[in-house]
Amino acid sequence: QRMACGDVYSQRDPMLKKRDDFEDVLEERRNSSDLRYALRCYTPVLYKGVPPCKSSMLKSMVLQSDQLHYVISQVSKETGRKTDEVQEEASAILDEMAHCQQLSTVRFFAFTLSKVFKSLFRSICVNEEGIQRLQQAIQEHPVVLLPSHRSYMDFLLMSYLLYTYDLTLPVIAAGMDFMGMKFVGEMLRMSGAFFIRRSFGGDKLYWAVFSEYVKTMLKNGFAPVEFFLEGTRSRTSKSLTPKLGLLNIAMDPFLKGEVFDVSVVPVSISYERILEETLYARELLGIPKPKESTSGLFKARKVLSEDYGSIHVYFGQPVSVRSLAEGRVNRRQFNLVPRHIPGKPGEDIHSFVNDSAYKLVRAQEENMVLKPWVLLASLLLQNQAAGPKEGLPLDELTAQAVWLRDLSRQYGAFLHWPDQMTPSEVVSSSLSLHRGLVRICEGKVQLAVEQGLAATPEEKLLNQAVIVLSCASYRNQALHVFLRPALLASAIHTASSTQKRKTHTHTHTHTHTHRFFHTLLCAPQDFEEASYLLVKTGAVQVSQQEVVVTEGGHRTLAFLIAMLDPFLQGYQVRVGCVTRVVYRRVVVCTLIS
Amino acid sequence: MASNSSGGGSDRQRIAQQRLRIIAGHLRRPVDVDSTILAAECKAQDSKTDVSSEGKTVPRRRQEIMKWNGWGYSDTKFLFNKKGQAEFTGKRYKLSGMIMPALKDWLEDTFGTNLQHKSPATPILTSSAVQPPTLNEAFVEELKSTGIPFSHDAEDRVFRAHGHCLHEIFALREGKVGRVPDLVVWPNCHNDVVRIVELACKHNVCLIPYGGGTSVSSGLECPPEETRSIVSLDTSQMSRILWIDEKNLTAHMEAGIVGQDLERLLNESGYCTGHEPDSMEFSSLGGWVATRASGMKKNIYGNIEDLVIRVKMVTPQGVIEKSCLGPRMSTGPDIHHFIMGSEGTLGVVTEVTMKIRPMPEYQKYGSVVFPNFEQGVACLREVAKQRCAPASIRLMDNEQFKFGHALKPQVSSMFTSFLDGLKTFYITKFKGFDPNCLCVATLLFEGHREKVLQHEKQVYDIAAQFGGLAAGEDNGQRGYMLTFVIAYLRDLGMDYYVIGESFETSVPWDRVLDICRNVKLRIIQECKDKGVQFQPLASCRATQTYDSGACVYFYFAFNYRGLSDPVHVFEEVEHAAREEILANGGSLSHHHGVGKLRKEWMREAVSNVGMGMLKSVKDYVDPNNIFGNRNLL
Repeated sequence: QRMACGDVYSQRDPMLKKRDDFEDVLEERRNSSDLRYALRCYTPVLYKGVPPCKSSMLKSMVLQSDQLHYVISQVSKETGRKTDEVQEEASAILDEMAHCQQLSTVRFFAFTLSKVFKSLFRSICVNEEGIQRLQQAIQEHPVVLLPSHRSYMDFLLMSYLLYTYDLTLPVIAAGMDFMGMKFVGEMLRMSGAFFIRRSFGGDKLYWAVFSEYVKTMLKNGFAPVEFFLEGTRSRTSKSLTPKLGLLNIAMDPFLKGEVFDVSVVPVSISYERILEETLYARELLGIPKPKESTSGLFKARKVLSEDYGSIHVYFGQPVSVRSLAEGRVNRRQFNLVPRHIPGKPGEDIHSFVNDSAYKLVRAQEENMVLKPWVLLASLLLQNQAAGPKEGLPLDELTAQAVWLRDLSRQYGAFLHWPDQMTPSEVVSSSLSLHRGLVRICEGKVQLAVEQGLAATPEEKLLNQAVIVLSCASYRNQALHVFLRPALLASAIHTASSTQKRKTHTHTHTHTHTHRFFHTLLCAPQDFEEASYLLVKTGAVQVSQQEVVVTEGGHRTLAFLIAMLDPFLQGYQVRVGCVTRVVYRRVVVCTLIS
Repeated sequence: MASNSSGGGSDRQRIAQQRLRIIAGHLRRPVDVDSTILAAECKAQDSKTDVSSEGKTVPRRRQEIMKWNGWGYSDTKFLFNKKGQAEFTGKRYKLSGMIMPALKDWLEDTFGTNLQHKSPATPILTSSAVQPPTLNEAFVEELKSTGIPFSHDAEDRVFRAHGHCLHEIFALREGKVGRVPDLVVWPNCHNDVVRIVELACKHNVCLIPYGGGTSVSSGLECPPEETRSIVSLDTSQMSRILWIDEKNLTAHMEAGIVGQDLERLLNESGYCTGHEPDSMEFSSLGGWVATRASGMKKNIYGNIEDLVIRVKMVTPQGVIEKSCLGPRMSTGPDIHHFIMGSEGTLGVVTEVTMKIRPMPEYQKYGSVVFPNFEQGVACLREVAKQRCAPASIRLMDNEQFKFGHALKPQVSSMFTSFLDGLKTFYITKFKGFDPNCLCVATLLFEGHREKVLQHEKQVYDIAAQFGGLAAGEDNGQRGYMLTFVIAYLRDLGMDYYVIGESFETSVPWDRVLDICRNVKLRIIQECKDKGVQFQPLASCRATQTYDSGACVYFYFAFNYRGLSDPVHVFEEVEHAAREEILANGGSLSHHHGVGKLRKEWMREAVSNVGMGMLKSVKDYVDPNNIFGNRNLL
């Protein structure tokens, strides 16, 4: 049994996976004219040579589609309104929604963003092989771009990069909030954003216009369609429950045979320091998100003077929707009703889209580049949680960081640790970049919770919480690396402390809906993967009867359990279930073998 | 070949000639003979009929005129002559004896073939490759006493063990022979069949009806798991037209008659059935009924189910037939629909009464070039909507258009080649058609001269709305000729490491473009995934139009050099292509049938209950599975 597991995972050994090299796009920007760059000849490769469609043309295609006609007449019948009237409404919705991409605006952004990026970031690193794969994909099939969403910056950055690499500019699904920003909203629209309402649950007409708009672009291959699977920016750096609506729409043309395939390209954007870090923490604490407004943006310009380190953008392997659906979806079900009649996706389609979404989120996570700071934040938080101390000595923090660096690499983390620098240089460089969050006092490092001039005790407390949450959000970036082994570690821990061999007849159907425990955590492969990793790193030994923690393994397990601890506390009930299930698997597994 | 156009001559002259032909036909053979008498006398009549129909195409020993491991007549094939030019041998076809200078380049460009790399077939069948027959002695003894001819000669048996699927022909070319029938029997009339079926039931022998042997559904393959003695019941000698009824425009035939004989003989009397499947040179009337065949001129004459008035089929339970010749009945579910498409699982079709029509006064080919396939399909859809489809209308995609060009014979005069050049210039340069996108529709009009011309104008006008340009009769005629020689071309391909097949489906109009694109791309992708070293040919054409959809034909071929098991790869790709067809709303088959090749999808195609219905019919009609070819169900 063990051998079998080993075999499975040796093939998938993350360490063996060759990751592409990165190239810094800002380097060229620092050495040549931004203006010339913004005005250069832009000739992207096209899908089957289809030139981008004028926005007016696109609108009329949508308005004349059978799909929309059908819904319009349906709505008119149901409400008793005249068809023309409903048609007008549809047209108005479309006007509110539609992008009107203009090369001149794109060039304007190319110029200004070059200036902004150069002042904010040390480097923007992109895997060029990913760009080449994307270029290939764009020519073959309609493309959907799925960047991770951690910052407002994301979609500007995406378009900037695609322009830089002479690729077809994407059209981007953006939240209506942006449209509220005078001038900027229109600028975004002209750079390729289209706007969707945050909620339009029962509005049949809105849904029809929206889905037909997206499908028309996709089916005809006018431009890659970009949206954020997570729907909104993750404030905690944990991956959010994917929003399925848009993914469903994007897959529909394939499922209904209107295109041969659709390529989905997950893109992982990792920021060494997130522009909105403290903003997010405040939002999480209940302080309302500042409304997107142009003046707000203007006020926020002070961020321009700070150093935000580097950005890593990893364009992942294009995923073929066709191959995702292979053996999962019976496409024949769409053959019995005319395709222009909208239908609610069946249970099978829903679960297929759902599973695909999780797969894609995981693909995003796997290619997220982790910075040393993420490890430091994890260590500092654990230290903080262990009790009120005066902080970790710098050299001990460095030693722990090196230990954690090696561990996380063994677990397949995509860690960007500058090997040309000494560990202490790396650590101090990271600390100085995040000096707002940490404090070094007498050679000891601790979170900057005491810092700041607070007028009232409430404000003081709030400031503390902001710091902790900000750090936690960095730590969360590494969560996916440790998640599975950590769950197993907790299970082992629970098992050894209770010393009972309960055989639960727990009817647990692995549908943990909680956002944190996604990817069918209780699936056998997750368990196998976790135990494989723990065995590989020598933390546990698995014999025929039992799982034994090795001498050196205690440190690893302690770290893992502590990593999970905040979540265990937060979600006591659910975790109870999960650990029991994982625990049961430990028992079952040992019994079987 | 049925491309005889009979233009010219005044009407009166024509009618007189027709009358003469009819009279001649009458003199040759008794008409309106009571069929029971005829059946009783069929033995005695045997010698007489053989004399009268000297022109009969299919002898008992097929090997005398046909290839044992390829398509069609032994004297006809494609080859590369000493100059390295492609040549079509023999005298039977319009293309026979001609040289096709462009074919070599086309083959090389399309498949990456090289004339130096040959994959020749095993020249002769070694009898040792054939398993000795397992005979049911008691059955053979009684069969002998009936006087019905039979044989257990190895060649005879091998000939009847296959249709023309790629894997079947590929195996034969390698000299490999699987399970073959143990005995071949040649009934001469309905009553002979009745006797044979009785004996088979009595001695528990497996019967497999054999008509023209053109199956492309593994329908003739002997089930390897069959342990009983397998007898191939070859209907080829039951090929008489028993009567023609001019008042009602019907004719009564024995089911073994092959298409070309049926048309030729009816033409002699001034009639035709108008049923012209691409295989009509060799396929038989009984086969058409058993597989629900479709002919290219169905727009005028209808498919087989529209043509059949009455069928006689011998089953283990006895003979099934209707009691009258009424043109339509409301007598419960039509029992003909148990027979049509039964694919030899229920019995043998022995006699058929069929509609006939006076031969068309005038025939005219035509063609239209479209800038792209999308426009072409839109035009076909409009033609179908207006219900003005000519006798035949087919739309070939760009790949097939190029293929058609590769088969252009050497032009004899400078003038024609100049003219060709001019046409090409006009279409590609002046009209701006992209030679890599344009596609061509071929047309065949039939009927009264004036009406044909009127009809032609109507269709060309519609075509013009979709950017179509009339491209001449020649292109049209060549298109139809191609369908008859394409099977010969596969044999040429197989001499040079190229294997291929065609398959078909029917699909609603709104999905025609999607299915064409997706299936072609799927073929290309699967070939790549399965390690095929060369770009495959994936091509399609819409061959029939209906009110609500079209029949689509796919061609697919690839160069298999470098593959260790090409047939397996081929079958996997074909399987994937069928999956794709079904996923895109296509039917399991439009007219090739299910056989054993597409059996796995049958349940899904007709639902559980549907399957149960068919099974219960089988259980009632043939409880002991005497007709054990295991097709369909």
